[in-house]
Amino acid sequence: MVNASPEGADSDVILQLLGQVSDPEVPVLSILDLGIVRSWRQDENGVEVVITPTYSGCPAMDTIEADIRKTFLEAGYPSLEVRTVLDPPWTTDWMSAEGKEKLRAYGIAPPESKSADKRTLFGKEETVRCPHCRSLETEVVSMFGSTACKALYRCKDCLEPFDYFKCI
Amino acid sequence: MENPLLSYTLFLADNSLITGQRLSEWCGYGPILEQDIALSNIALDHLGQARMLLQYAAEQKGEGWTEDRLAYFRDEKNFRNLLMTELPKGDWGYTVMRAFLYDTYHFYEMTGLLQSKDEQLRAIAQKAIKEIRYHAQWSAEWVIRLGDGTEESHQRVKGSLLELWPFTGEFFETDEAAIELNGRGIAPNYAHIRTQWKAKVEEVLELATLERPEDGWMQSGGRNGAHTEHMGYLLAEMQHIPRSYPDAQW
Ligand SMILES: [Zn+2]
Repeated sequence: MVNASPEGADSDVILQLLGQVSDPEVPVLSILDLGIVRSWRQDENGVEVVITPTYSGCPAMDTIEADIRKTFLEAGYPSLEVRTVLDPPWTTDWMSAEGKEKLRAYGIAPPESKSADKRTLFGKEETVRCPHCRSLETEVVSMFGSTACKALYRCKDCLEPFDYFKCI
Repeated sequence: MENPLLSYTLFLADNSLITGQRLSEWCGYGPILEQDIALSNIALDHLGQARMLLQYAAEQKGEGWTEDRLAYFRDEKNFRNLLMTELPKGDWGYTVMRAFLYDTYHFYEMTGLLQSKDEQLRAIAQKAIKEIRYHAQWSAEWVIRLGDGTEESHQRVKGSLLELWPFTGEFFETDEAAIELNGRGIAPNYAHIRTQWKAKVEEVLELATLERPEDGWMQSGGRNGAHTEHMGYLLAEMQHIPRSYPDAQW
């Protein structure tokens, strides 16, 4: 979700550069697909990009910040400010439709529909579609997968295990 | 008295930091790969939450304090964490029982903080609650699985529950800072959290065929820096590298 995208000479270039920075843990997704870029602006002092973490302890955030710097530096934008904000908290609802399709093609089940209300304890379990054969006959193996953002599932039809990008 | 907001922020931060540090001891030792990964992920969530809170505490403290300095260069008596969080990890049943008692408390505490009039604590709570819900669900499911499992698993979690129960009273203690902050709408009402916690704990224990222990004498002291004999060892392990090489940078 990107707010306050400014109009301006470099606006397209900045958007394009942000689209080149990928999530180090799921490299098919750009940080725009992931929805962690809140806003950016440009003034006489340079470019400011505001990002938000996916998970509190996500170790990819430092890498993402460094990658944004590198990308902009190489494109001739030496003064860059990357700011992290927490509020409002990131939700998988901000992932773009294109991002979800890229995830599926990559073999990771994208987050299903809207994020549920996380303020109630023990909500209903989600039905997750197998990214390989599209079956809905799947079961959760572990709610904690290879990275903070993923859960581990298994397909009962094609028997393949797969990662599911958790809804938060 | 120290600034109540700072004191309360450190209490929350230290609970997350010490919980994350303890849980990370399971990394590479989990009973099965999936659960090893689960605990490492949960530990990472706690450390991430600790970082946000310690950054906020450092900001309040000023004078060159940073999150790292707060984590690595404070001594035992300056840590405010609940005693339960520092107890050794024990066996798998003990770890999940502790996680269940604490996560359930943590869930209702953070739910209360969603209404905090302090903007930063509210923002951190909004971020953290999504993760804590997963933790609380995970540990409750394991308590049910082990309690309603084999004779051996039942006995072990039953023993853990009895051992840990005297450490639950401290969850709901309110010091001067907490009372003042509750009055200002910054901290939640811990008596209210206790009611919610008790109801959920009883519900899960019943499913796990375990009996809730009677409230008796309760341990106390963490908030004031009076820790158990285990805390020093934990800090020695956590702090020794930055203290040996204080100028080292990543
Ligand atoms: Zn399948």
